[in-house]
Amino acid sequence: MKPRFGVVIFPGSNCDYDAYYSLRKILGFDVTFLWHKETDLKGCDAVILPGGFSYGDYLRTGAIARFSPIMNSVINFAKDGGYVMGICNGFQILLEAGLLPGVMLRNKSLKFICKDIYLSPVNRDTSFTREIEDDTIIKVPIAHGDGNYFADEETLRSLIDNNQVVFKYCSPDGIINEEFNANGSLMNIAGIINKEGNVLGMMPHPERCCDAVLGKTDGRLIFSSLANQIIRAKAVTTLAG
Amino acid sequence: MFKVKVIIKRRPSILDPQGKAVEKGAEHLGIKNINDTRIGKYIEFTVDTESKASAEKEVNEYCNKLLSNPIMEDYEFSLEPVPHSGSGREAK
Repeated sequence: MKPRFGVVIFPGSNCDYDAYYSLRKILGFDVTFLWHKETDLKGCDAVILPGGFSYGDYLRTGAIARFSPIMNSVINFAKDGGYVMGICNGFQILLEAGLLPGVMLRNKSLKFICKDIYLSPVNRDTSFTREIEDDTIIKVPIAHGDGNYFADEETLRSLIDNNQVVFKYCSPDGIINEEFNANGSLMNIAGIINKEGNVLGMMPHPERCCDAVLGKTDGRLIFSSLANQIIRAKAVTTLAG
Repeated sequence: MFKVKVIIKRRPSILDPQGKAVEKGAEHLGIKNINDTRIGKYIEFTVDTESKASAEKEVNEYCNKLLSNPIMEDYEFSLEPVPHSGSGREAK
């Protein structure tokens, strides 16, 4: 079977076609677009909230997109255990929707940062990271102005205690320190997952590093981890049924 | 009807890099005694209700659910009765 991905299009999304292209043309999955005014998730196994500047990022990043009609369906889908992945602006929307804890502040440098960075997948035991081998540091581009992850002490403690930090900014050989903190995020946090393990948010763009023509393919590891997780889960359900 | 003026501020515990950068500008200008610059948002609108209590209820909901993010921001607002735009009647 092919896993079926849905890519949401908000007004102002600009990585929707990148996600579609990588998932469909490079990885060969079944992909459909989901317009923000729709409420039907069209039987998708996983929903991607793509990067961009939804609703012009007015008020706060993700603040208005979070109230799009499609988001009610996405929130219910996530609460029922459906896989949801928010990339960059998608991550910001997940934070505003309360599907993940914390907020994004302006980058510490106040600059919009667009470059390749290195990620340490500090939690490889998730549906999104299982195929990243031990000690592998992945190279993924970032492109954001508000990616400085912040949460209060209690929330941060709970993230650590529940092993919810998935990606941290690091050096090419995996050193995690302030020098390699791309944007000032607390503890170099680049991506987190919910307690239940089905909602991931990350600032870096794996969909921009799947096609070998672009010189890097580490993004594939994340999408194929998720796809294989979906395939395994379906096989179990079929057997059980 | 009421005219509402909302001020949204970063909570004191949250770093405000924008405020810091702007304060650097003061330094460059030679303005020497500026400290603790914090940048927030000012938003104004009208609420079309008869009573002040129901206006406040709507404003609080608007502020809590959309205009501010309580994780990083606090808000305060003022309400002022204004004449109804269409009818010219004074609001109660």
